[in-house]
Amino acid sequence: MKESVEKTKAMVQHLAAVNAILEKNGHDPGRLIPILQETQEVYKYLPRDVISYLATSLDVPVAHVYGVATFYAHFSLEPKGKHIIRICDGTACHVKKSTAIQQHIYQRLGLNDEKRTTDDLLFTLEMVSCLGACGLAPVVVIDEEVHGQVTPAMVDTILDQIIAAEKTAKGEE
Amino acid sequence: MADTAIKKLTVNGREVTFSDERNLLEVIRKAGIDIPTFCYHSELSIYGACRLCLVDVEGKGVMASCSTKPAAGMVIQTDTKEIRNMRKINLELLLANHNRECPTCTRSASCALQAIAHRLGVETVRFKAPRKEEPIDDSSPSLVRDPNKCVLCGDCVRVCSEIQGIGAIDFAFRGSSAKIAPAFDASLGQVECVNCGQCAAVCPTGALTPKQDSSKVWEALYDRSKTVVVQVAPAVRVALGEYFGAKPGENVAGKLVAALKLMGFKHVYDTSFTADMTIFEEANELLERIQGGGELPMFTSCCPAWVKYVEIYFPELLPNVSSCRSPQAMFGSVAKKVLPEQFGCRREDLVVVSIMPCTAKKFEAQLPKFSVDGKPEVDIVITTSEVQRMINSLGIQLQELEPEAFDMPMGFATGGGVIFGASGGVMEAALRYVAEKLDNKPLKKVDFKQVRGMEHLKEATLEIAGNEIRVAVVHGLANTKKLLQDIKAGKVKYHFVEVMACPGGCISGGGQPWGATDRIRIQRQQGLYNTDKAHQVQKPQDNWLVQRCYEEHIGGKPGSHEAHHLLHTEYQNRSQIFDAKLPIMRGVESNRLPITVTICANQENCPGQLLLGMLSSYVKDKKYTPWVDMDAAFSSRPAQDGTICVTVGDQIVERTHFHNAMNTLEQLQNQAAFKKITDAIDKGLAQIR
Repeated sequence: MKESVEKTKAMVQHLAAVNAILEKNGHDPGRLIPILQETQEVYKYLPRDVISYLATSLDVPVAHVYGVATFYAHFSLEPKGKHIIRICDGTACHVKKSTAIQQHIYQRLGLNDEKRTTDDLLFTLEMVSCLGACGLAPVVVIDEEVHGQVTPAMVDTILDQIIAAEKTAKGEE
Repeated sequence: MADTAIKKLTVNGREVTFSDERNLLEVIRKAGIDIPTFCYHSELSIYGACRLCLVDVEGKGVMASCSTKPAAGMVIQTDTKEIRNMRKINLELLLANHNRECPTCTRSASCALQAIAHRLGVETVRFKAPRKEEPIDDSSPSLVRDPNKCVLCGDCVRVCSEIQGIGAIDFAFRGSSAKIAPAFDASLGQVECVNCGQCAAVCPTGALTPKQDSSKVWEALYDRSKTVVVQVAPAVRVALGEYFGAKPGENVAGKLVAALKLMGFKHVYDTSFTADMTIFEEANELLERIQGGGELPMFTSCCPAWVKYVEIYFPELLPNVSSCRSPQAMFGSVAKKVLPEQFGCRREDLVVVSIMPCTAKKFEAQLPKFSVDGKPEVDIVITTSEVQRMINSLGIQLQELEPEAFDMPMGFATGGGVIFGASGGVMEAALRYVAEKLDNKPLKKVDFKQVRGMEHLKEATLEIAGNEIRVAVVHGLANTKKLLQDIKAGKVKYHFVEVMACPGGCISGGGQPWGATDRIRIQRQQGLYNTDKAHQVQKPQDNWLVQRCYEEHIGGKPGSHEAHHLLHTEYQNRSQIFDAKLPIMRGVESNRLPITVTICANQENCPGQLLLGMLSSYVKDKKYTPWVDMDAAFSSRPAQDGTICVTVGDQIVERTHFHNAMNTLEQLQNQAAFKKITDAIDKGLAQIR
């Protein structure tokens, strides 16, 4: 009995964040996109149940929210990793062999064209169109930090740092 | 205020007057030029997606006439070489993406894509199809969705959200991946679709069609061990003729009876008979509620799409819905009880078919509550469009047939039973009954014209023998939603409300001939009223064969124990379809009982959490765990009325008497409702194990 009550309590607390977002936006269906953006910040993606919850709370059809969430590339309906790696595949970066960096990360993290997030939910790899930093090609953005003239060795160094930091953080817990 | 001054513009060199038309397209159509369109419906919002209604406006160039406001002095060409080529290319592009297996498509004869391609002289499709084959969704008992035939005009999306206020389907994804889909790409049978079929009624192609069940009817007719009878709904008779050259509204019941006899149906009955019976039950229920202080307003329950709607969106109003079954369901239970004896056949050898204007009736017939020992009371439901195909497949020339009469006794109906097919008809038939009952003398004037017609909401206040009876009639579920909100807010008060999901009532149901407009709807309604007018017996209470049926088979009178068993039903709360869920326990056996408790996520200490804990302990103590799936469902809805929903299997343990003030174990445990839930779990487990 205690276990299930604890579980639901946790979920209620979790949804409290969503309730706060709804509250902040005045439960206004016209503000669906900012609501989805803020919700995605909480969960790192848009879980199905949360989409349902948002739709029923805003009194709009679930299919409508699903339509908006699938229309914009910004929204993800799949869980994403804690750290997001974006490889620029615009013309300049492509010529400067961004594909080689992609292949290297695929191998290193065990990913492929379908599987974009690691099983431990630590990394997600995305290929994006031109980031507008062509002078630095090839460009890789990791957690909002821009790295220019990237080589596979550089990627390894950055990933090693992140993994080490995660391990220390875990150890401290 | 609308600008109604008369202005002039020029179309193809001819002067045309206009006033407050909402777009150029309507002005041009009024001038007698039928510009082709897919995505334009006068009842829906303007979308401008199909790019077929292009016209050349002098000084402005080529533009879509549906989304251009008419202005005085405009000079318009509807057909130039440029426009013709553009339309053709647009059509070719649509066709390139379209599954063109036309001969096997049920919409082949009424396909707008095919008709327009033909009209514009598209002879080849030069483009290769980039599409990949999408699976066909036939999960719904009412409708089939074939995404490979969709042209993305969005008509279905707009009718579902604008007319029905539901939005079960919408556009999803973008660019070349764009498609029409229910939420999460689920199948139509899993979502909040109420099966009304209005999407199929506007779909220009075969992307959304009524499910075809006529092959099951042929199977039954060819099986010599079966006795096959059929009921025909009121609205079918005033629309079927349109397929065979008759005017909308022409009553072809007699010819249809003759055709059905030729097909091999043993007896042909009239659903209007059980419509009369519905009035006996429903009007008495209304009088009891008025005189005995029951829940008011009472809502009609004939329309299965409306019933499903209220089950999903307004479960708190379920006690207000009449407990009467629909006429189709009443016919099923009465026929299965009465006819086997009359024909000397076994109950399982009697096949009851219904011909309905409605796709939701297919859904209703397969509900477990309308089955006895796992066998449905109405075995097969086909729509008007399907019976047309059956008639054609047999080579019957409907218009050449000599009319025949329905078979007795269940083929006899009053005018009141016949008008059930029009919005306002159930109300009018009920008023004929109620007025006479309350007044205690024969009713002279049987017409209640205030409740007729195409207006969205019709209201009337009647003075009957010192009683004031306030009634409302509404059609279209979006209109209904507004009315329900007003009723809940106490802004309006009624005794009796009739709801039909489809515009104008059953006469424009999802299974009727394709392409209904308000003009056709009015003609079909008029067809029913004319039939009523020409009838010697107009008041349902004067149907002596219904009276005799009560005496011989249904406990003697309306409201009897037997009547409750055969003619009434219970409703299911379906409001949890889209709640966010959290799995609490998962069983391991293949057959498992699902249990869901709804928790209000707006409230830190919702008693639902405690209740969930108690139920999970109960399941563990009883060692039911391997056979149980338990979920917590989160909603912001229960906060509104302070109740918690618990479902066990597909049964709702109805709006239990727990409320927010209860937050100790003892308070919850002492509730009779807690016992009700554990009993339901015990019973469910006993069935599963």
